[in-house]
Amino acid sequence: MARPLMLTIMRLLTPTLEFDMLVFIETLINGLLLGALYALFGMGLSLSLGVMRMINIAHGDFIVLGAYLSSVIVMSTDLGPLASLLLLLPLMFVIGWLLQVVLFNRVVGRDPLSPLLLTFGLSIVIQNLLQEGFSADTRSLPAGDLALQGVELGGMSIGVLPLISAAISIAVFWFINRLIHRSPVGAAVRAVADDQETARLVGVNDKRLFAYMTGLILVTVGIASVLYGMRTPFSPASGPERLIFSFEAVVLGGLGNLWGTFIGGLIIGVSQLFGARIDTGLGPFFGHLVFLLALIARPQGLFKGGKS
Amino acid sequence: MLEVNSLSAYYGLFQALFDVDLRVEEGECISLIGANGAGKTTLMRALVGALKVDSASVLFEGQPVGGQSERQQLARGVTLVPEGRRLFPSLTVRENIELAQHHGRPGKWDAELLFQELPALAEVQNRMSTELSGGQQQLVAISRALVTNPRLLLCDEISLGLSPYAVDEVYRLLNRARKDGMSVVLVEQNVQRALAEADRFYCIQKGRVVLDGPAADADHHAVANAYFGV
Repeated sequence: MARPLMLTIMRLLTPTLEFDMLVFIETLINGLLLGALYALFGMGLSLSLGVMRMINIAHGDFIVLGAYLSSVIVMSTDLGPLASLLLLLPLMFVIGWLLQVVLFNRVVGRDPLSPLLLTFGLSIVIQNLLQEGFSADTRSLPAGDLALQGVELGGMSIGVLPLISAAISIAVFWFINRLIHRSPVGAAVRAVADDQETARLVGVNDKRLFAYMTGLILVTVGIASVLYGMRTPFSPASGPERLIFSFEAVVLGGLGNLWGTFIGGLIIGVSQLFGARIDTGLGPFFGHLVFLLALIARPQGLFKGGKS
Repeated sequence: MLEVNSLSAYYGLFQALFDVDLRVEEGECISLIGANGAGKTTLMRALVGALKVDSASVLFEGQPVGGQSERQQLARGVTLVPEGRRLFPSLTVRENIELAQHHGRPGKWDAELLFQELPALAEVQNRMSTELSGGQQQLVAISRALVTNPRLLLCDEISLGLSPYAVDEVYRLLNRARKDGMSVVLVEQNVQRALAEADRFYCIQKGRVVLDGPAADADHHAVANAYFGV
């Protein structure tokens, strides 16, 4: 009596199970792809924290600034968003270099509060300048066909744009990691991160190194901002939320650990998309929730240790 | 070579050095002797440019150089081996040394020569500096200073916490480098060693020079009095 009933239930359940499994894998993959972008958001923050011991509150606003600059380039030339990187990245490097030389170098290396306050102010200035220049309306970067294209994979459809974003993110992480761990400049960077005072003693020009570093950080931000703008509409006020996601990726992975930041970004991305499955509006909430739980379990970050 | 004239140094409002006078001749080794907190490390930091001081209070070959940056002093040939070694933990032994070599003065000393002189270090050159024993770490710290090819080497507590054998090895390397005419300023807790290694000594007490003279005929009783401030 019980057996036929069970069989019926199983038969009824099996298709749903299969369906659920597919949804599960698809959500997981999309989450990982989104997370790779969050990781790229977090990279700049991870670098400025790890090397300069500086928390940049304006980090999210730089991401939005980059997206707007790319949009200006796209509209005034016939370059697409990805091609706009050719002009955007040198521009971002110069902006970063100038900011460090003119502003940040005055406060970095003293108490941690000064850079915090300075970049907090800068964040407000950038948001207001963007609003003045581009109005409060949302914009997006034209992704063209790329936004619609997908790859069929065993019944699932994976977007081409997220795949490209993730590939670029991995490439940037690989390159920056190599630069820091396998080059003479990287040795100087690690030395300053370890012990700024002693690095000065052996002749490292820390302030100049910081200027190049912030230039490089804004280059990674520039890449992230174009990928972000092609994917999501942005407005002058979108910065703080980008900052939160970046922060969560960095803290989750453990401060100053580059690949940790990458994994942290992935976890935030996956949590957000699974959250959105439960309720569309709950995506970011679940990201924050997982972040908080992880922070309670391992306050030092998941991959504590390795400095980068 | 180096002349310090009425040098005063401050940490904020706190005055750590009061009118210190001191000189170091070419090829000479001098020892700074004094209790903890007497101002020896402050003096070293002032000489190497890590602490802002009056320009005229430090003369290098007659030129006022006080308060100039570490990089400028390094280019001039003044290098510090900081207290506690302060190796970069994220760098391998070789990277620690090559980083300094890259930013230092050109000259005889480079990583290859050091690894020749210290085969034990050559064996561990690709290890992280934190994996080494204290004595080896101190040898790396001195090597890191030597590859900048200094004319005046400031050594802050280079024997602290080392076994007697390791201390001998550290001083062997230092004396090897001194053969080429390098001048040395030593801060050394072991007063006997400080006097044995040096040509002259200065006793510093509460930021002031209270006693100085040739190391060979130092009166140990007077040094002890100056040290303890009785």
